[in-house]
Amino acid sequence: MSLPAPPRSRVLAQAAFETRLLLSNGEQLLVSVVLPALALAALALTSVPDLGAGRRVDLATAGALTLAVVSTAFTGQAIATGFDRRSGVLRLLGTTPLGRGGLLAGRSVAVLVVLGVQVVVLGGLGAALGWRPGAAGLALALVTLVLGSACFVSLALLLAGTVRAEAVLALANLVWVVLLGLGVLVPTAVLPEAVGTPAALLPSGALGDAVRGTLVDGSWPWREWGVLSVWLAGGAAAVARWFRWEG
Amino acid sequence: MAPAVLVHDLRHAFGRTTAVDGASWSASSGRVTAVLGPNGAGKTTTVECLEGLRRPDAGEARVLGTDPWRASAEHRAAVGVMLQDGGLPTTTRPLPLLRHLAALYADPWPVDDLAARLGIDAFARTTVRRMSGGQRQRVALATALVGRPQVLFLDEPTAGLDPHARREVWDLLRSEAGGGTCVVLTTHSFEEAERIADDVVVLTAGRVAAAGSLDAVRGGRSLEDVYFGLTAEAER
Repeated sequence: MSLPAPPRSRVLAQAAFETRLLLSNGEQLLVSVVLPALALAALALTSVPDLGAGRRVDLATAGALTLAVVSTAFTGQAIATGFDRRSGVLRLLGTTPLGRGGLLAGRSVAVLVVLGVQVVVLGGLGAALGWRPGAAGLALALVTLVLGSACFVSLALLLAGTVRAEAVLALANLVWVVLLGLGVLVPTAVLPEAVGTPAALLPSGALGDAVRGTLVDGSWPWREWGVLSVWLAGGAAAVARWFRWEG
Repeated sequence: MAPAVLVHDLRHAFGRTTAVDGASWSASSGRVTAVLGPNGAGKTTTVECLEGLRRPDAGEARVLGTDPWRASAEHRAAVGVMLQDGGLPTTTRPLPLLRHLAALYADPWPVDDLAARLGIDAFARTTVRRMSGGQRQRVALATALVGRPQVLFLDEPTAGLDPHARREVWDLLRSEAGGGTCVVLTTHSFEEAERIADDVVVLTAGRVAAAGSLDAVRGGRSLEDVYFGLTAEAER
């Protein structure tokens, strides 16, 4: 008889499959681990640009973790989903017992696993450079990273599900570069006011400032969590409305 | 017994273009049903409605007695699908992909055996992106078979295959039908239909021009002659 595997094992199978794909893809590793690691080392070992108040290595590690989220949850997911949509992968998986819901769940778990790997690698590098986070701040930072990932995944799906694959590739990389300067690595408070004020309302600025706040002085980033939640709710609603499964 | 696949007065349009225009036909368990028709006759759209990928505008699509649109995982496990564009992730190799898909089912076809049956082991190290059309075709067929479905939908399963591979696929599909599976395939090949189909459905302009057993549709002539007669009539 043809019966499905239990829902949990279907989602975990999809997550394991996608995690292996993500971690065995050279370009993906470059963007998700190597570039954030280079940014961390460069910021921690130099004195420009100004990163604002706090220990420089704490600020650099927070920036690198934020960049890791943008790389994996936004750029990586947008490109992968855009091309899977074009090649019919989303349609095919929709006809298997996994289904559309299972595909989204599996993908989300894979993003969290890759994020975990990034936190360990970048945290290890940060520690080697002198980063010593407090337990409370670290816990708040992890919550923030998960919220930020959800927010960026919803925006990635919105992009990947509405424009053609080549445009997704171009836009996802362009957005990565632009956001880099809008609060990911450098606090929005340090940016010129005309840039910093809007940047604090973008998911990049909100996530970056929140992670920096938690890791530098263990503060609860209520305002930034609010900004990220609004983007997440808007992104999810737009995905539900406009995402197209076929390319 | 109710047919495994039932299409009743099915209609589906893309904007102003009508793809399926009131088609009715059925397919039974243990038989191979070939759906023939010119490009644009509505074959793929009909099959996509049966796979749950499109929602009919009107009429009925039923597979194993269930409406396939938003059907449960239990239903999807009983239905194997081979899409025309394959739907294979381009950066994967065939065996990890098939093992992954097998993990979605409670009692899948053992992957090594399936891969050997379809000659996939010969190019196991090749990523989907670098495969030939025929190799991709075989992997796509394996994705449809891996869950050991009760109903198989195959969109042009042997297009691009060499004669040996085509014969192996035909043998495999006949043996699946022999085991009780309802096999529905779309094709442009009269040879394919005459070699493996029990039943034939001819679609033109979204309607059924003929449906029934191969012999009844042929009526003592060649399927090719009957087909051109039917499709030319519809286009006049």
